[in-house]
Amino acid sequence: MMWDEKIECMSLEDMKELQLKRLQDVVKTAFDEVPYYHKRYTEEGIFPEDIQTLEDIEKLPFTTKTDLRASYPFGLFAVPQKEIIEIHTSSGTTGKPTVSGYTKEDLDTWGEIIARGFTMMGIDENDIIQNTHGYGLFTGGFGVHYGGQKIGATVVPISTGQTLRQIELMKDFKSTMLIFTPSYGLHIAEELKEQNIKPSDLNLKAIGFGSESWTEEMRQQIENKFNTPAYNIYGLTEVMGPGVAMECSEQNGLHLNEDHFYPEIIDPNTMKQLPENTSGELVLTTLTRVGMPLIRFRTRDITKIHHETCGCGRTLVKMDKITGRSDDMLKIKGVSVFPSQIEKALLSVDGVEPHYQIILTRPGVLDQIEVKVEASPNLVFDNVKELVGTRDKIAQAIHDEIGLRVNVNLVEPKTIDRVDSGKAVRVIDKRNE
Amino acid sequence: MEYLKQLSIFLENKEGRMLNTLEIIEKIGVNIRALSLADTSEFGLLRLIVTEPMKVKEELEKNNYIVKITDVIAVAMDDQPGGLTKILRIIDEENINLEYLYAFVEQQKYDAIVILRLEDMEKGAEKLEKSDAKIIAPEEIYSI
Repeated sequence: MMWDEKIECMSLEDMKELQLKRLQDVVKTAFDEVPYYHKRYTEEGIFPEDIQTLEDIEKLPFTTKTDLRASYPFGLFAVPQKEIIEIHTSSGTTGKPTVSGYTKEDLDTWGEIIARGFTMMGIDENDIIQNTHGYGLFTGGFGVHYGGQKIGATVVPISTGQTLRQIELMKDFKSTMLIFTPSYGLHIAEELKEQNIKPSDLNLKAIGFGSESWTEEMRQQIENKFNTPAYNIYGLTEVMGPGVAMECSEQNGLHLNEDHFYPEIIDPNTMKQLPENTSGELVLTTLTRVGMPLIRFRTRDITKIHHETCGCGRTLVKMDKITGRSDDMLKIKGVSVFPSQIEKALLSVDGVEPHYQIILTRPGVLDQIEVKVEASPNLVFDNVKELVGTRDKIAQAIHDEIGLRVNVNLVEPKTIDRVDSGKAVRVIDKRNE
Repeated sequence: MEYLKQLSIFLENKEGRMLNTLEIIEKIGVNIRALSLADTSEFGLLRLIVTEPMKVKEELEKNNYIVKITDVIAVAMDDQPGGLTKILRIIDEENINLEYLYAFVEQQKYDAIVILRLEDMEKGAEKLEKSDAKIIAPEEIYSI
């Protein structure tokens, strides 16, 4: 089953034609209606008529979260505020929140893209969707709600929390689909176990999860605990919300709704486009957004994209699971390194906990990496030889993971700098000092 | 046999760490009987025999130190040439590996005392007990 077969199975050639037409329109609208774009493009000497091919998109400057904040609250709207019928914001944990405004058409598009995804997961009008995403400024709750209603399913807008109630309704309503963040899903699973409720006592046939980083192991756990396939939902508030890309029955990547969001993968260091199947930062341009067009928005999410005919029959571009954030990416001796890789390496050594700090220096012309690891009470040691052994094991595990030699140093517990929020400072880059 | 309890404390090799550690012990009024330090250029292990090991462990852990308790044996020796080799010969005869040792001079009851950590503690203790070496009971060390 497909929700919109014409689009979802469109040939690459037709898709590119559609994308180019929409790109030209959105650039023109943005230039004419949004002072921010008018000013930026005029300064850069680039104008809507310069977009003759899809490749010309590279001539346009990027838009970042900082640009959005500078235009807080409504500076990026392309329509008068009276045409905006709904507003969502990002959480704003790192400063002013970013605002996303939707017209009636935008909400309709939002429902459409999620309807496509739900159909991929085998959900239709007969299903009961229990939506544990919060209803509020967060896009998760409403996005799922609009998509669920679009396909004619019954939506239970319960929001997050009240886990006992969740379970009660899951049983009484015979909910067939659960929507949750991976961490909340695992929490529900624990409560089910506590109450001795088995997956076979429930009527679930699909789980949609997102809004959080996750690992394949977490997905496995979720699928085992609920005995139900779990599908990934990707999105971000700035460009729309959940539904930008969703996973099909193949469960090996997401179909990105490229007729609404034009994807590029760039090298976050050179800012140049990368070819398909190469890992880099995802950049999205909204092609149909009316209320708030975003052009070349840097998502900071690291992934790769590729065109192929999927096992499910769709030709919509596939996007891999997000593997990291470009804000975190380090270029060391020309190699891309993510702190999460160091973390993974540390977890592979017995008795070592992932409390660490990466310090980059450049004493001469070569980068040097020092990884400080807090010693943990779980470490077995009674002599220095054992400590040195642990240190060497850590260095080897990191080398296996990132392919670079590092100097590992064991430090006393709780000595790694923590910022006020309690989060440890993971990277100190002194290379340009 | 009841072993003597030694504290092994992980320390970074940086200025002031030793003093800080000892000050914490000073504050709770516990006496240090013997001390040894093994280190590399970055970190090391401070080994202590104290009068109240559990009390010190607890207090140091409250201050975020990693502290392990290790079994060791205290043996009295003559404070004269050959005093220590006499004891080491006993365990060497049995091919028992010595992990580490440290010694201190005592002024009241014994001439000098050596603290031993052996690879095979049980076998070592048995052998020492059978020999004419004088093993000092833990209570005695704690109360000296």
